Amino acid sequence: MNLTLKVWRQKNAKSEGKLVTYQVSDISPDMSFLEMFDVLNEQLISKGEDPIAFDHDCREGICGMCSMFINGRAHGPLTGVTTCQLHMRSFKDGDTIVVEPWRAKAFPVIKDLVVDRSAFDRIIAKGGFISVNTGSARDANNIPIPKQNADEAFEAAACIGCGACVATCKNSSAMLFVSAKISQLALLPQGQPERYQRVLNMVEQMDKEGFGNCSNTGACEVECPKGISLENIARMNRDFLKASLIQKPKKETGGGAM
Amino acid sequence: MKTSLSRKYWMAVSGLFLIIFLTQHFTINFLSVISEESFNSVSHFMGTNPIVQFLLQPVLLIGVVFHFIAGFMLEIKNRQSRPVKYAAYSPAANSTWMSRNMIVTGIMILLFLGLHFYDFWIPEMNVKYIQADMSGLNENGEFRYYDELVHKFTDPIRVIIYCLSFVFLSLHLMHGFQSAFQSLGARHPKYTPGIKKLGAAFAVLIPLGFIVIALFHYLSSH
Ligand code: HEM
Ligand code: SF4
Ligand code: FES
Repeated sequence: MNLTLKVWRQKNAKSEGKLVTYQVSDISPDMSFLEMFDVLNEQLISKGEDPIAFDHDCREGICGMCSMFINGRAHGPLTGVTTCQLHMRSFKDGDTIVVEPWRAKAFPVIKDLVVDRSAFDRIIAKGGFISVNTGSARDANNIPIPKQNADEAFEAAACIGCGACVATCKNSSAMLFVSAKISQLALLPQGQPERYQRVLNMVEQMDKEGFGNCSNTGACEVECPKGISLENIARMNRDFLKASLIQKPKKETGGGAM
Repeated sequence: MKTSLSRKYWMAVSGLFLIIFLTQHFTINFLSVISEESFNSVSHFMGTNPIVQFLLQPVLLIGVVFHFIAGFMLEIKNRQSRPVKYAAYSPAANSTWMSRNMIVTGIMILLFLGLHFYDFWIPEMNVKYIQADMSGLNENGEFRYYDELVHKFTDPIRVIIYCLSFVFLSLHLMHGFQSAFQSLGARHPKYTPGIKKLGAAFAVLIPLGFIVIALFHYLSSH
């Protein structure tokens, strides 16, 4: 396959970037999108040019690093996959492909296609600890958990923090990600002690990072490579509402955590 | 209004309140198609009842103002959240036009409300509270409400503007109705499909009903 690529090039966080056009030829339709980029970077290196910086790690859809906004869509034209799981057979010979970094105030560009997603880490950190006993492994059924809750918590925990939800959302809202992180604990008995404080803290941090609001367009759910459901956003909205209503004023107590 | 989510709750609550109001407004207006007499008497009741005038009416005004101010605030924040736009962006691949353009359809409704106030509310306030005529009667000693309504809809331009506005209202509600439930966290596999269907039906039938009323009076007066 022969393709024309228009790729966002930006030297560093401070400099202005622009789309630069590249030609690649003899691309196998069975290559992944990242492998196609490897071929392009080999070309650039052999010409003595600066290769295109892009994030990647596992290349099998589990780490969430490979952020690329391809032809107007997060992770390209397919749904339910990451960029590393996208193959060149999803394109036609002669196509022009536009590749941009995630665009959001909370995800500043570091270089080329690499963005800083540490806002997600700070939101998770703000969630705090969960009160569980440590020590030797517990007996499997020590804490009874309804199968349905276990399944739903597992589905929420499948979020890989890729940020496609933010990238695709017209408001750059992080609510699908945050709600997945809140839900995976809110659904389980181990998550209950800090449940309502956690949702308040994480939403506060989400707002601070500069993500937008949710307009319930549902775009995130369509583009999420892990099929995280809007159900989670509704759960977060419920929990936050309840937490705001029952929140008590902070009191200085004589020691202990929180 | 401090957090993203509290803004969403207020948006949803005021939106649902406006939906309830719209149902009531439609019901009364539809009476004008069925019976001139009952339309006149209900209009007189609504126009002179102190609870309606001094409790419900201010609540409604506050509700509308609240709703669109919260809408503008959300829109500004959302725009700021993506300072650098995409060169290529295909939102139609994963969301509906209605859901992405609530601010557009909302502003069209707001412009319509301006005309609507000029047409009915301001004259009404003038007659009742400035000229202090609470009788609801015209020079001939008959109720004036029905005649005033019909008179407005003899103007084809106005009829067209009203009908177009109802199309925007329909698009706003097509997304807004079910969205309000999601914003409040009211989502359940058992009820959500029903809420979505009800919302779609409401978004089509109520604006369509308003259009029918406007066309009815236009056609029957020509
Ligand atoms: C006065 C002009 C209006 C403006 C400027 C306006 C604006 C908006 C905007 C921008 C949103 C989307 C908020 C978001 O992104 O989440 C919205 C949602 C909504 N609007 Fe309006 N609107 C107006 C009038 C109305 C009317 C007359 C009704 C009902 C009869 C209504 C019902 C709703 C509902 C139910 C929602 C969904 C709330 C949610 O998503 O939680 N709006 N409006
Ligand atoms: S919710 Fe989905 S799209 Fe968003 S960060 Fe998690 S895995 Fe990625
Ligand atoms: S590189 Fe790990 S998900 Fe794509």
